Amino acid sequence: MNFWYFLTALTLLSALMVVFAKNPIHSVLYLVFTFFCISGHYVLLNAQFLMAVNIIVYAGAIMVLFLFVIMMLDLRKNVPESKSNLTKLAGAVLGGTLLVVFIAATRHMNLGNGSGAIGAQTGMVESLGMILYKDYLLPFELVSVLFFVAMVGAVMLGKREAGERNF
Amino acid sequence: MNLSNRTKVLEQEEMTLSERIYLPAILGGMATTLKHFFQKPATIRYPEQTRYLGPVYRGMHILKRDESGAERCTACGLCAVACPAEAISMVAEERKKGEETLYREEKYAKVYEINMLRCIFCGLCEEACPKQAIYLRHDKMAPVFEDRNEVIFGKDKLVEKMDQRYLRDGWK
Amino acid sequence: MEITSTLFAAKAIYIGLIFAITLGVAAYSTYGERIVAAWMQDRVGPDRAGPFGIFQPLADAVKMFMKEDFIPANSSKWLFIAWPCLSMLTALLTSAVVPFGDKLDLGGGIEMDLQGIDVNIGILWVFGIVSLGVYGILVGGWASNNKYSLLGAIRAASQNISYELAMGLSIIAILMMTGSLSTKVIVETQQNGAGFLSWNIWSQPIGFVIFIVCAFAECNRTPFDLPECETELIGGYHTEYSSMKLGFYLFSEYINMFVSGAVMATLYFGGYDYPFNEVVEAQFGQNIAALVGVGALMGKALFFVFVFMWVRWTLPRFRYDQLMNLGWTGLIPISMFNVVWTGLSILIPTTFNLPAWASIVVSWSGIGVLLIGLIIYHGATSKKKTVALAH
Repeated sequence: MNFWYFLTALTLLSALMVVFAKNPIHSVLYLVFTFFCISGHYVLLNAQFLMAVNIIVYAGAIMVLFLFVIMMLDLRKNVPESKSNLTKLAGAVLGGTLLVVFIAATRHMNLGNGSGAIGAQTGMVESLGMILYKDYLLPFELVSVLFFVAMVGAVMLGKREAGERNF
Repeated sequence: MNLSNRTKVLEQEEMTLSERIYLPAILGGMATTLKHFFQKPATIRYPEQTRYLGPVYRGMHILKRDESGAERCTACGLCAVACPAEAISMVAEERKKGEETLYREEKYAKVYEINMLRCIFCGLCEEACPKQAIYLRHDKMAPVFEDRNEVIFGKDKLVEKMDQRYLRDGWK
Repeated sequence: MEITSTLFAAKAIYIGLIFAITLGVAAYSTYGERIVAAWMQDRVGPDRAGPFGIFQPLADAVKMFMKEDFIPANSSKWLFIAWPCLSMLTALLTSAVVPFGDKLDLGGGIEMDLQGIDVNIGILWVFGIVSLGVYGILVGGWASNNKYSLLGAIRAASQNISYELAMGLSIIAILMMTGSLSTKVIVETQQNGAGFLSWNIWSQPIGFVIFIVCAFAECNRTPFDLPECETELIGGYHTEYSSMKLGFYLFSEYINMFVSGAVMATLYFGGYDYPFNEVVEAQFGQNIAALVGVGALMGKALFFVFVFMWVRWTLPRFRYDQLMNLGWTGLIPISMFNVVWTGLSILIPTTFNLPAWASIVVSWSGIGVLLIGLIIYHGATSKKKTVALAH
């Protein structure tokens, strides 16, 4: 339990650092670290598969792409000096709404005897596979179709048109 | 535009299938290197082992003595004239009475110095010498020096020692 | 299983030992690399430090430590120092899930697996750690505040990401055959059967070729050593690194080599399995058999380290577009095909009630099918002749 508190504190701290870090690269690295902390939470929940997939997909692949993009952009030039009042207002409204939704959701959450219903094997690959390929087969396959469509779209966008020169 | 009539038409074909798979060529190359892996090395462990460099290798200079042990050099200066690097200098002296066993001719070199930093080991001194006095020995290289004070070799280092006489392979 | 204090101590000793062995093997790989290079080029190799030059790694380490530890002025200092260490960390972490041997009987009914952690996602763990290795290079190159380093780092990272895909697909074929992600189970399924005939290499020839090619790319070894290139990148992602920080980067490459050799042995060559291990176990007992198994795995891993060096001193490197072409249009489609064909090789014996060797026949016929497909593809795509003029 003590370890859980430590890990949670670390997660929150690094998540805050993502927002507060001035250098965008540091921000991304803090985000990677946050993913690691979340993976640690998965381990504590005995969900090893989720932990590994979280690291491979998010920390290992997506954040690398983030890094790529941020390294390539010249951020010092592109950052606007100060945001207009309208954007500030819109940001405040959006953030406030999200906060209200979160508070409403937590208020309705039943924190009682939830842990008893979950067995130790729930997070394991076998049970996860059984659930995905038996109970949720259609949504699972639909998601894969969605990925496929996204991939085709990316290829279409990235395709060089006739007569176009990129470099 | 044709600059010369030697233009060659190169027929460069596309890669064949086996070339496009890469693997046959890779395995062939690996077989070649594996064959060399078990072959005897072509190099040697140099300072401990040395190779025979031939009877005409131009190494360390030596001032020869004749059969009775008298120095052959007569300080004529032809070697110094021939030397393209101007590495050789000498001071001549007349042979005194009683020194016949030491020097063969009536004139001898009191000082004979070779600047080893200048010397290019071309062997022209050896060719110029009318008395067969200076040779570049084939079996020994000029030693390594670590100080600029050591680079001018005098007679003490150049004259042949009687107990270890130099004999070139071709002379036997 | 109760964690007893004996087991805990034994595990601690084991982990320390694996750590030391990995580092030692990596250190002597640098010496081995030079010896192999020398012998393949008909030379003698390093022989000055100690008898046969066996203290050469020590001398190299001293040299590395004694060099000036330089940090560029405008680099981000913290990342610049931290990232070589991370490179080492990711290289070492992988060995945690590699099963180095069978169970060891410690007496008193306590048995210890010769494996760091037996998680049921073992191979995914390897994957996750390997995908993190990209950061070591990418951020290290960025932190140097040098454009060439950054270019090298980006080149390295995109290479690693590209080849991770094909590597993952080739592992999926293995997972289909064993039905488990655990490395321990993968080894155990290869153990039943007649000696080395039940190793995965017999049923996964295509998968193994893909995996070893991807392992070369992941370790940044020739012919895929594009991250470092003097002519194009003034050195690569570690241009600004010096002293032991550079040493860490170079050293992690050798650790990666050893660990990927061990992983390859685990996945395709039966891990700690060796012919007649039942006989050895019956004759000399469980512990001796397990230790011989450790030796067998080490031997296999070291053989792969040798193959890494062998290839390095044979082949020139790929050009970058060739590398990307090979990864995306060569290896990934072939590994997709391999996944499908592996499914077929599992399905055919079960549906037609054929003996087990039928699946091996089916999987080897996959090579034939692949070749026929390649011939057709080649005939369709290749132009007959292009003529170039040379003056």
